[in-house]
This record gives sequence, structure tokens and C-alpha cells, in this order.
Amino acid sequence: MITKPEMTATEIASAVAGGRMSALAATETALARIKQHDTILNSFTDVTADRARAKARAIDAEIAAGKKVGPLAGVPFAVKNLFDVANLVTRAGSKINRDLSPARRDAALIERMEAAGAVLVGALNMGEYAYDFTGENVHDGPSRNPHDTTRMTGGSSGGSGSAVGAALVPIALGSDTNGSIRVPSSFCGIFGLKPTYGRLSRARSFPFVASLDHLGPLARSVADLALAYDVMQGPDADDGACTTRGVEQVAPLLGQSISGLRIAIAGGHFQKNVFPEAVEAVSRVAKALGATEIVDIPEASRARAAAYVITTTEGASLHLDRLRKRPNDFDPAVRDRLIAGAMVPAPLVDRAQKFRRWYRGQLAEIFKSVDVLLAPATPCTAPKLGQINFTLDGVELPVRASIGIHTQPISFIGLPVVAVPVPLEPLPIGVQIIAAPWREDLALRVAYALEKMGVVSAPSPRGL
Amino acid sequence: MAEPLDDYIEAVSKALALPVEEAWRPAVRANLEVSLRLGRLVDEFALPDETEPAPIFTA
Repeated sequence: MITKPEMTATEIASAVAGGRMSALAATETALARIKQHDTILNSFTDVTADRARAKARAIDAEIAAGKKVGPLAGVPFAVKNLFDVANLVTRAGSKINRDLSPARRDAALIERMEAAGAVLVGALNMGEYAYDFTGENVHDGPSRNPHDTTRMTGGSSGGSGSAVGAALVPIALGSDTNGSIRVPSSFCGIFGLKPTYGRLSRARSFPFVASLDHLGPLARSVADLALAYDVMQGPDADDGACTTRGVEQVAPLLGQSISGLRIAIAGGHFQKNVFPEAVEAVSRVAKALGATEIVDIPEASRARAAAYVITTTEGASLHLDRLRKRPNDFDPAVRDRLIAGAMVPAPLVDRAQKFRRWYRGQLAEIFKSVDVLLAPATPCTAPKLGQINFTLDGVELPVRASIGIHTQPISFIGLPVVAVPVPLEPLPIGVQIIAAPWREDLALRVAYALEKMGVVSAPSPRGL
Repeated sequence: MAEPLDDYIEAVSKALALPVEEAWRPAVRANLEVSLRLGRLVDEFALPDETEPAPIFTA
């Protein structure tokens, strides 16, 4: 069987398990595509070719021996470079962390992906220490958008968005503290899942904001998201925030009807500061789902403010010693934000965390009468690399600070979200499908239905 | 001319032994102004005294 670059993980795993394609062929296709396109895209910081070929050969040997293989057999994937990869230094987008010793063990989610047969092919570019919405990096250079390489990928999981958007790999893993899976998914035209806070183990990944950090997959189809998500679930004592809930498989539920679900459009804050593309994307999705009710999310702007305060202060606390000892080795923009974060008075942080509890209660009330909420993933399509401001309704707004305004109030209380790509021309843009805590199944089912209707899809890379 | 936050930045910089070079000060000040403006939004919101903060701790 000839491998095609845009094969989904589901297709690859089926072909490999069925003996129609070798895991090594799937791996070589990914490695060749990385070699062909990544000099421009700059999505990878490390390519683990030897390790990948060894893993692929091991899977092929198991199949040849008649052994049963996992649901991701032979599927190439890559991870944001804040995941520990054995024998690589976990740089987390920084210059400073390159002085650390190489990791001795893979991150928990890599272990779970590989236990299911997936093949790690490398580590991906990201914004420094994940404090970023652009995908730019002063040390490694920017990752580039596969639909227009003069544009941002979005951050901070920019390499993850670029690599999947360009179909270098069918699945990548990223992290999302304030939007860092959903923003690159939107700009790069792919699907991204930010699960419920605590759902997936963060063990052996470099943190940013402990009380807001999530890990999750990015992919080119909903079935692939679910496939990866299902194998990564489960408790992990090595992550203090990880749930003790058992695995709740979603892949078998994707095809269930969504006709009984109560779907509403998030109003207020989520309908402000948006470009026409974002309005059009939400409108298309809502129309396809028959959603007309608009639900106001109370105090969402304040929730974004509280998320900002918690982020900047917890981030500053994490990096305090590095700020003292090696301030000139940071990206200056990240350093100056973190120093400012260290100077925020403590009562404001405490109040932000208390507000978080209150706000969570408000959303819990809403989810008594609504199953799924729709909101823009980003206010705009991918801006130009280096772009500082954009003008909206005659008002000039800073790009960096504005990109996450619709994602932050959602991750602030850990709600599960699937970002779905609406393939507008010339650039795609994402919509958030938001569910109540622990109801990833609902968000994924709605995303799957939209994909089947042809309303959302990952477009072929337009800029390569 | 000294900006209103400069004395504060100087004092916290000393208290935390956190260097702030003169060249960085405008950007640090600008970021701090944003943080404090957003912090005020949180501060202004009245909450019951019994409100628990949200971070999860599992012993």
C-alpha cells in the first residue's frame, strides 16, 4: 500500500494492524515529509528518527509474529518540546533549560501513546516557557503557518499546530494554559482537544501555571483526537492534579446522535472583539447545529482578567530564581512580563482564585440547562508574523494580548473544549465546542457530527 | 520624569532580590500596569468571606 501524507491516524493504524502497510513505511513517510517541509515551517526542534525507526520495526515484528497491536499501531506523532523525551533535553522553548541534563524517562502521555503503538518522531517548537499566543520564539525562530508561511501558527503550541496543519504528522501533543492548544488549532486549521483540568496526566512535562496547565492532542480529524485521547486517559499518581476517575472511552460514542443535545451560543464577552471571520465561523457552526439560543456567560471578561493575574503570578513564581540568575537569557518580552508578575500584590491573586470558584459555580448553573456552548476560538485568522497591533471597529488592539480573549475564560475553570476548524478562504479559523466538566464526550460528539456534515474540516496545507 | 510605579518597582525589586535593569523598566512598568488594571477588575468584585479559592491540592 502506498502511504499518503494526509492519511489520518485512524487510517494508518487500520492499515498497519491489517498488514496493508508497515509501521516503518508510515514512519518513513512522516520523516520524509518533515525533511521536505520543515526547513520552511520550523515546526520541529528535534527529530528522533533512530528511535522512531526502532519503534516502528518493533511494531512490524509484533505484527509479523501474530501479536495483537494497540489502536495507534504505527501512527507517527510528535510532542511540544516541554514534554520530557528520554535522552533529549526538555527545553520548553527556552535557552536556559538547554543547560539541563537530558530527560531520563518519557512524559507519561508519550508512554501511553507508545504503549498503544504510536511512534514518536520528534519534539516541536513552542513559545518560550509557554507564555505565548503567537508561536514565535526568539531562540529557535518562529514556527510557520502551513497555509501561509508569512503568518503566525499561534501559540504556545505553535510547532504542534504547524506540524499537524502541514500533515507532517497526523497527531501532535500540546499544552494549553490559557488557549495554547486551541489558538494554534484555529490558526492552522486543525482539531484540538483541551480536556477537563486534571483529566490527562502532566507528569514529566515542564510546567507553566500549575493550577491552569492542561495537556491534550491536536489532529486532522475528530476520530483521531478521540483515539489519542482515549489511550492517554487514566489516573497517574505522578501528577497531583490528575483525576482518579477511570478511563471513559469516547471513540465508540462518536457516532451517537446529537439531536437531543441542548446547544447554545455563548453571548456577551464572546461576541465582542471579533473580526467578521470569527463571526462567520460561529454562525456556520451554529446554523448547522440548529443552535439559536444565546446564553450570556456572566463576568467572562473578569474571568479573563483573573486568569491573567493567576498566570502572570504563578508563572513568575515558577521562574523567580531564573529571573534572578539569568535574566538576559530569557526572551526579553517574556522576562519583562514575568518580572511584572512577580510584583503583583498577593491579595489580588487570592481574590482571583476565589473569583474562580464563584465563576465556576455560574457555569455549573448554565450547564444544568445547556449541554454544549459555542464560542470563537480566536478573534481573527492568523496574523502576520511579527504583527504588533490590529484594528477592530476602529480601535487599535495589541495582537499578543487579544488572541486569547475567548479561550482564557474557558480554561480558567478547566472546562473541556474541542476547537474545530472552519475552512474559510483564504485562511481557516476555529470555533470552540465547550462542555461541562468531564463531558469531553459531548464536545467530541458535536465536533464529529459537524465534521460529518462537512461544516468543519482540516484543509490541505495551502502554503506549501 | 519618574513614573508613579517606579518607586514600587524599585522597592519590590529589592525585597525580592530581583534585578530590574534600567533598560527593562519601561516594559516591566507597562506589563505591571496591565496586571494591576486586570487585578483591579478582580478586586472590585465583591465575594462572600467564606469563598474558597479554587486551586486543587491532593495530599
